[in-house]
Amino acid sequence: MPLRPLIALRLRPFPASPLALVPLLTLLLFLVPIAAGLIGTWLPAFGFLPNLGGTRFTLEPWARLLNDPALPGALTATLVSGFGSTLLAFALTVGFAAAAQGTWAYRQATRLLAPLLAVPHAAIAIGIAFLLAPSGFLLRLLSPWATGFDLPPDVATIQDRYGLALALALATKETPFLLLMLLGALGQVQSPQRLATARSLGYGPVTAWLKTVLPAVYPQLRLPIYAVLAFSLSVIDMALILGPTAPPTLAVLVFRWFNDPDLALRFVGAAGATLQLLVVVAGIALWRLGELLVARLGRRWTAGGARGGSGRTARTTWSGSLFAVLTLGLAGLLVMALWSFAGRWRWPAAWPDSLSAATWSRQLEPAMETGWTTLLLGLAAAGLALLLVLGCLEQEQRSGRRPTRALWLLYLPLLVPQVAFLFGAQVLTVSVGLNGSFTALVWSHLLFVLPYVFLALAEPWRRLDARYLRSARCLGATPFTVFWRVKLPMLLRPVLFATAVGFAVSVAQYLPTLFAGAGRYATLTTEAVALSAGADRRIVGVYAFLQALLPLAAFAAAVGLPAWRYRRRRALQ
Amino acid sequence: MSRRRSIALACGLFAAVAATQGAAEPRPVPSFAEAVTAANGQTVYFNAWGGDERINAYIDWVGDQLAERYGLTLEQVKLSDTADAVARVLAEKAAGNRAQGSVDLIWINGENFAAMKEADLLFGPFVAELPNFALVDTEGKPTTLIDFTVPTDGLEAPWGMAKFNFIYDSDRVETTPADAGELADWAAANPGRFTYPAPPDFMGSTFLKQILIELAEDADLLQRPVESAAQFAEVTAPLWTYLERLHPTLWRDGRVFPTSGPAQRRLLDDGEVDIALSFHPGEASSLIAAGQLPESARTFVFPEGTIGNTHFVAIPFNAQAPEAAMVAANFLMSPEAQAQKQNPEIWGDDTVLALDRLSLAQQALFAEIPRGPATLPPDRLGPVLLEPHPTWMTALEEDWRRRYLR
Repeated sequence: MPLRPLIALRLRPFPASPLALVPLLTLLLFLVPIAAGLIGTWLPAFGFLPNLGGTRFTLEPWARLLNDPALPGALTATLVSGFGSTLLAFALTVGFAAAAQGTWAYRQATRLLAPLLAVPHAAIAIGIAFLLAPSGFLLRLLSPWATGFDLPPDVATIQDRYGLALALALATKETPFLLLMLLGALGQVQSPQRLATARSLGYGPVTAWLKTVLPAVYPQLRLPIYAVLAFSLSVIDMALILGPTAPPTLAVLVFRWFNDPDLALRFVGAAGATLQLLVVVAGIALWRLGELLVARLGRRWTAGGARGGSGRTARTTWSGSLFAVLTLGLAGLLVMALWSFAGRWRWPAAWPDSLSAATWSRQLEPAMETGWTTLLLGLAAAGLALLLVLGCLEQEQRSGRRPTRALWLLYLPLLVPQVAFLFGAQVLTVSVGLNGSFTALVWSHLLFVLPYVFLALAEPWRRLDARYLRSARCLGATPFTVFWRVKLPMLLRPVLFATAVGFAVSVAQYLPTLFAGAGRYATLTTEAVALSAGADRRIVGVYAFLQALLPLAAFAAAVGLPAWRYRRRRALQ
Repeated sequence: MSRRRSIALACGLFAAVAATQGAAEPRPVPSFAEAVTAANGQTVYFNAWGGDERINAYIDWVGDQLAERYGLTLEQVKLSDTADAVARVLAEKAAGNRAQGSVDLIWINGENFAAMKEADLLFGPFVAELPNFALVDTEGKPTTLIDFTVPTDGLEAPWGMAKFNFIYDSDRVETTPADAGELADWAAANPGRFTYPAPPDFMGSTFLKQILIELAEDADLLQRPVESAAQFAEVTAPLWTYLERLHPTLWRDGRVFPTSGPAQRRLLDDGEVDIALSFHPGEASSLIAAGQLPESARTFVFPEGTIGNTHFVAIPFNAQAPEAAMVAANFLMSPEAQAQKQNPEIWGDDTVLALDRLSLAQQALFAEIPRGPATLPPDRLGPVLLEPHPTWMTALEEDWRRRYLR
């Protein structure tokens, strides 16, 4: 009876399954804490928080915020580091993609991306701090023989007033992200055809790319860029390590107010957090304006007919810059790993006096404990995120509807600054008795993990050839069997990759861990940031190294597992 | 249902009713014997500044000892600023959390203690119940009972003695400054080679207080609360004049400050500065032993005296495990734990105990401790200057922020 399944397929309507509720549930899991968090921050910003004695609305918190002597400096550092890093990351991404397309460097760079992408921000910042400091590695390499410095020069190469070092570190971390997003998007705009056409009209390779590919691919890059901008304008952990100290950036200033023993400052902090949100919103609006402006000016340039040269200089410049930035990030990690094995290592020695495993043998036990918390938390958050994302995608596919617009809300946590709603969300978890619980902690991580898992998995899932699924259904498989026996095995690679991405995002979380965990849960990241402030660099090295290792191991597993599982099925590898 | 549990339930109900009525009855303080019984199986969340891994390692050791001796678990919650934990307890009180607090034991002194005492955030008085408190040298070390001019009233148990001192690199500093004025001269002659941590880090705030005590016309005023903004401005004027002169000569021209005492010690080891600040006379030796300072590191104090104080542990009013916290506080004062702590190879923090009240075997524990190459002998540590009233510190931090955090 070969026809039965087909008929069944057509006649039997899908049962109303609990699956239909997954997208709704996912959105609720997101919107409730963010909405409650924002409102819970806005109300105290205007003086209302009965628990702390604020029972009437007033503008006093704003007056105190705006009159604070630290605010102008903090805003300047925030804007310089936020816009500086985003512009730099964007320029490097586009410049490199345009100038180095198809070269050896292009293929090599893509290999360096994944590790840098996986490593938490704090670890990168710690490494860069030691590379760039006046008594740091780069000057140790050159001193005193080349520089003549017998003592470290008294120049603020890190923690500088405007946050330039912070901007550089942020760009190191964000360029790989943007580049990866760009590589993904290039496949969807027929860039080879566009290039071939332009080249045949006599345009140089770089000019051809900028004139024909960039305008087509930019819309797909927009959301990632906004996310990068929002993140850079409000980052805390990296700013604590590399940012200015007197005054710090706005986000750090707000963070300090929220932690001040003087509870009246919570109101000022709430106003500051709201200002932080405004800064991000205005920042994104400003970028959008810049887009329009560039588009207008660019149109004339595009149509102007200038062919451009061979692009050889551009190729060297941009490849060189990109590799310099990527190398900076990776070298910082390696140098911190070296520190964890160092005996004495003082200025101006470029190499430790001796190497030993003493630090590791002393630190391994406490570090393992913290590592376990980090691992469990990451697995829980990434696993949960995977379940929800699979549920959403499966529901989307079975109902046959285009992805609902509401799912865009999933990206909200990437655009709303953490410090702008975590305080309010904490008030919420305290009032339902969840504050400081593992549940609250996983939930808070989920907010940031899920968007990335979705981002990583949605495209491969939607692109899977529907004929496989139809064939399976024709052979009598239920939707669940299709999911379990066909889709999952075929998509094992992207599924594991998305999980690894989610895991890496969880490992990197700093502020959510502090707020939701009530200080009770230490992860490798919170420890590394706390230690970076002044502890023995050898121990900082241990934590920075482990912090980088965990996500890298997850990525290695995500690549290795399918290869091993399907070692006899080449097409699935 | 056992009798005990029904009593507990009744107490719980009573507490709930009391809480809703807003009348918070202080929780009863058990005897030490009762505390030991109840402590078995409890977990103590010890909120302690976690910026120094040697101290963290010592607290780990304490945790092992407590688990072995009393079957309780000690978890260190590593704070970057003790005020964080004070704020958390305050927030919990505001939210009506009266027995399920997240902090069981807190490492504290000075303005944080004053704030918690003032706001009724402390459990006790419990210190008199602890057997080892009888060994504390309350006469020779009056700061074990008076914390920054505020009487402890049995609400915090003394843990260690601190005395402000400077660590310097003897390869680079030939004559050490003998007072605040000479320090400024030295900084002017060696631009970029001295700094201090940004207040409100306690090391930075202590530096301000040390200078203020030296420069104030009538330092006795500092022992009483700040009376008015005008009085504060008048008394502290010499300090700000001094800083105006000092700052341009500091590391990074006084525009960047290290975030903490350990951060500045790392700068000393990195060769970025020549002088760092410390609160433990044995710290330099301890850091040399740990390979975190050069062999040439030494200690100096101002002969006219430097600030000394005691640091304590206290139990918040809403601790989940006050019994186990009492047991832990008692152990921290024990001769074994105190001797271990004083060893510069472990931490180098001076004891609060009166050695003549210990048994011979216990005295031997202290006699065995090596002094270390950089530690000044007790007769060269100079007199102890008393901490000002906490209101001065708060006002100093605020004014410093207004002037220099811009």
